[in-house]
Amino acid sequence: MDLPPQITAWFDRRGWQVHPHQQAMLDRALDPATLLIAPTGGGKTMAGFLPTLAELAPGGHDGLHTLYVSPLKALAADIKRNLRAPVDEIGLPIRIEDRTGDTSATAKKRQRADPPHILLTTPESLALLTSYEDAGRTFAGLKRVVIDEIHALAESKRGDQLMLALARLQTLAPDLRRVGLSATVEDPSAIARLLARHPDPCAILQADPGPAPDISMLETAEQPPWAGGGAAYAVGAVLDQVRQHKTTLIFHNTRAQAEIFFHNLWLANEDALPIGIHHGSLDRVQRERVEQAMVRGDLRAIVCTGSLDLGIDWGDVDLVIQIGAPKNVKRLVQRIGRANHRYNAPSKALLVPANRFEVVECVAALEAAREGALDGEPRGPGPLDVLCQHILIAACAGPFDADTLFAEVKTAGAYADLSRAAFDDCLDFCATGGYALRAYDQWQRLKQRPDGLWQLRDPRTAQRIRMNIGTIIDSDTLKVRLRRNRGGKPLGEVEEAFAASLSPGDTFLIGGQIVRYEDLRELVVEVSRNASRKPKIAVFSGTKFATSTQLSNRVLDMFAQDSWPGLPGHTRDWLALQREVSRLPERGRLLIESFPHDGREHICIYGFAGRNAQQTLGLLLTKRLEETGHAPLGFVATDYATLIWGLDAVVDPAPLFDIDALRDGLDRWLAGNAVMKRTFRASATIAGLIERNIMGPRKTGRQMTMSSDILYDTLLKYDPDHLMMRITRTEALRGLVDFGRIEAMIAGISGIDLLRLNRITPLSAPLFLEHGRVPVAGSAEDRLLAEEAEAVMQSAGLA
Amino acid sequence: MNGHDFTLAGARLTALPSGALWWADEELLCVSDLHLGKAERHARRGGPALPPYETRDTLLRLADAIEASGAGHVVCLGDSFDDLAAAQALSETVRLMLTRLQAGRRWTWIEGNHDPGPVELGGSHRNVLTTGPLTFRHIAEPGAVGEVSGHYHPKAQVKTRLRRISRPAFLVDGCRVILPAFGTFTGGLRSCSAELSGLMQPDALAILTGSCAHAVPMPR
Repeated sequence: MDLPPQITAWFDRRGWQVHPHQQAMLDRALDPATLLIAPTGGGKTMAGFLPTLAELAPGGHDGLHTLYVSPLKALAADIKRNLRAPVDEIGLPIRIEDRTGDTSATAKKRQRADPPHILLTTPESLALLTSYEDAGRTFAGLKRVVIDEIHALAESKRGDQLMLALARLQTLAPDLRRVGLSATVEDPSAIARLLARHPDPCAILQADPGPAPDISMLETAEQPPWAGGGAAYAVGAVLDQVRQHKTTLIFHNTRAQAEIFFHNLWLANEDALPIGIHHGSLDRVQRERVEQAMVRGDLRAIVCTGSLDLGIDWGDVDLVIQIGAPKNVKRLVQRIGRANHRYNAPSKALLVPANRFEVVECVAALEAAREGALDGEPRGPGPLDVLCQHILIAACAGPFDADTLFAEVKTAGAYADLSRAAFDDCLDFCATGGYALRAYDQWQRLKQRPDGLWQLRDPRTAQRIRMNIGTIIDSDTLKVRLRRNRGGKPLGEVEEAFAASLSPGDTFLIGGQIVRYEDLRELVVEVSRNASRKPKIAVFSGTKFATSTQLSNRVLDMFAQDSWPGLPGHTRDWLALQREVSRLPERGRLLIESFPHDGREHICIYGFAGRNAQQTLGLLLTKRLEETGHAPLGFVATDYATLIWGLDAVVDPAPLFDIDALRDGLDRWLAGNAVMKRTFRASATIAGLIERNIMGPRKTGRQMTMSSDILYDTLLKYDPDHLMMRITRTEALRGLVDFGRIEAMIAGISGIDLLRLNRITPLSAPLFLEHGRVPVAGSAEDRLLAEEAEAVMQSAGLA
Repeated sequence: MNGHDFTLAGARLTALPSGALWWADEELLCVSDLHLGKAERHARRGGPALPPYETRDTLLRLADAIEASGAGHVVCLGDSFDDLAAAQALSETVRLMLTRLQAGRRWTWIEGNHDPGPVELGGSHRNVLTTGPLTFRHIAEPGAVGEVSGHYHPKAQVKTRLRRISRPAFLVDGCRVILPAFGTFTGGLRSCSAELSGLMQPDALAILTGSCAHAVPMPR
């Protein structure tokens, strides 16, 4: 396709040239599906929209032509601005509107009846649009859909929901062509498979990736500590870097670490450089203020988390600093891409290890990033909870035929291998709850009409279903506000579990300020400002990413080297000492150290399976140790090892790692486990068993809250094979439980090396300083009590 | 029975860990807010189909409590059914379970706000039941003495050395006891809510349920 003359003239006036990948997108404009891989700032969005502008330039198109979907509301608004400018300057007859959760009800209604040529939206708003009876009219004539940042969507259930919605749109608008825009990823063909209608082909276009990034480890005078994740030692060096650059993004892996680092940065910020903080727990107004200040160029640095992984193009960022090991090479590379968005300028980035072990991990990540060796775990088939929600959405739009819907769902790549039995299970769940006890036959949500079509039993249900569309499940969070007499300003959110751990007078960090907990009122945490320099409780939980398999393997490969010229002296000495007194872990073997310390026996298991799996391993092994009479007392896990302590030494570890026994333990352990219940709650909410948003006034005091934990316990007791329980078990293999990686670890080793040592080893020492120690209550406590009681009675002369 | 003994208006009572109240001298077992048929009512109103096992679960636990105590008289303190239609829609299995439980003992249904009216099941139906010094009714009345009630689904949160623990709880003072909900799918109202704090005297106790009853000063 050639560009119409008025657009070419506009490019000429600006002195711009059409990039080769933009031309390639024009050439492939009629393909059913195209995936463009391009670095941020490479004119990627323009590449996605040029064919639309070219097609609409002559005028005469009636109704919706192009749908743009992005993971962020802010991005939709930003693109609208950026697209508006050329369209107005060229004078094209194109109407552009956005539609997100923030759009007014009137505008939304009008958009359905009279859609613009280009509609910019999010996956959730799109799913909602497809749930209306008039969806067929809204989407008639739709020609193109552009999915921005598809790599981010492809990693989550939001992507699965989006692709199911596209399957629906393709039925309503058979000529629909699909375009995906992605950052650099390890497996573009996997994303192409998700994007294209199955089994359509999908061409993958690679834009020039630009010059190689300039990345290195930040050199500091001070040595990193043995354990911990704060990187407080590097605050001075980071401030120096901020001074030397125009704008710096300082990425952290968790919100808690971001808060602590920001606090330390301010204490050391003698020049009062303007530095802001941005993360997902902050109030929206606060976040927007930081974003706007950033766009204006008012800030020299922003301390942030994954909340800035995506988003608005900030051309002025000239340095990215990653605090803490990046855990995952792909994320590191994408974050580095946030710097220097000008085409053909190299991105500059610095890594700051938070502790001694992370020095090794950072060096491994640097090597991987330079080689462009990205990591990623394949996602597996489309999740069934999302499919359940999709079926309910389809029912809202009108009566449907099960065979037709099944065929349509299978055109979504992730669901291409879906079995009819699995689909029928989901349909049955939506219709009757899917229980072994057929209790709801007269009250089913969906019913089959005499003509075979399925429809809502009560049409009013549609509104309830629409209110609960979406796959983003926030853990239960509570809003934090300043006390009302001081303005009641919202500050952000904390997790309910964290709020429950607070007592009046406790101080904690939020949005970079120290606040004092006063009261919990109507589900709002009320706080006051506090001038103390040190918060009493600094930690509220955030996502803890597990180190990827690739990075773990690279670290093990580094251990296998004879010497380590690439590592700083302190880290070299540490590893050499470990090799001298014990052994370094190696690929294909499982190293276990056993040693006494502080009156207890310890075993340290170097599984290198990532934090979540090592944590699950700790839970399972302590359970096994309890059963075999080893009297465990507790454990702690990091990304590379699990340390377990107890009363008795382990002599023969091999039986502990019997995979069948572990899996059996998993089943029993999962039964009452909080992580499992959290997994269940998320899936049950997506599938529509639990409603987040309820019509009518919110009940106060949570008098009538249906506890998902009790639903879980009830199903476990009376209907353990129910669809929701099966989904929960599938999810447990990944995510927070990550049992899949334990299985892979055990399958990948040829044997276990148990070393009996008489003292702590260099490599195990940092684990003694780790947070998050998990106590185990069992026979050990009884034995300790018995010992103590006997000792007391003896000394009293009674025994 | 791991219960917590206390005296109300001269009557010696035991708060059982199951959430039932035991009056040994009268062989009387009292439970509140069974909310039988709650999941069914939810489905009937077009909500999601919750697991339909809660009625059976509630009755199985009630059967355990009756068997363990050997009660001669069972008092259900109201909101025994999630609504009157739910009472009518009980399955044959559930009716049979109830009939078996009722065999050989007195059974009293007290009316609640969810089930205001007689149901077609055995046992006597009362608005209020007075036995000796005690009055059994669904919703507590300010100023009453020797009163046993339910309705609020009270729960209490206790801060222990390691974590805060929140459980359904009995609230007891010199004038009254409020029972926790016995039904399976029932939420709770914290003892620190204005309603419950206002209703209970300053020296009130909360008795947390679970595997063992734990009495603490009522958290406000």
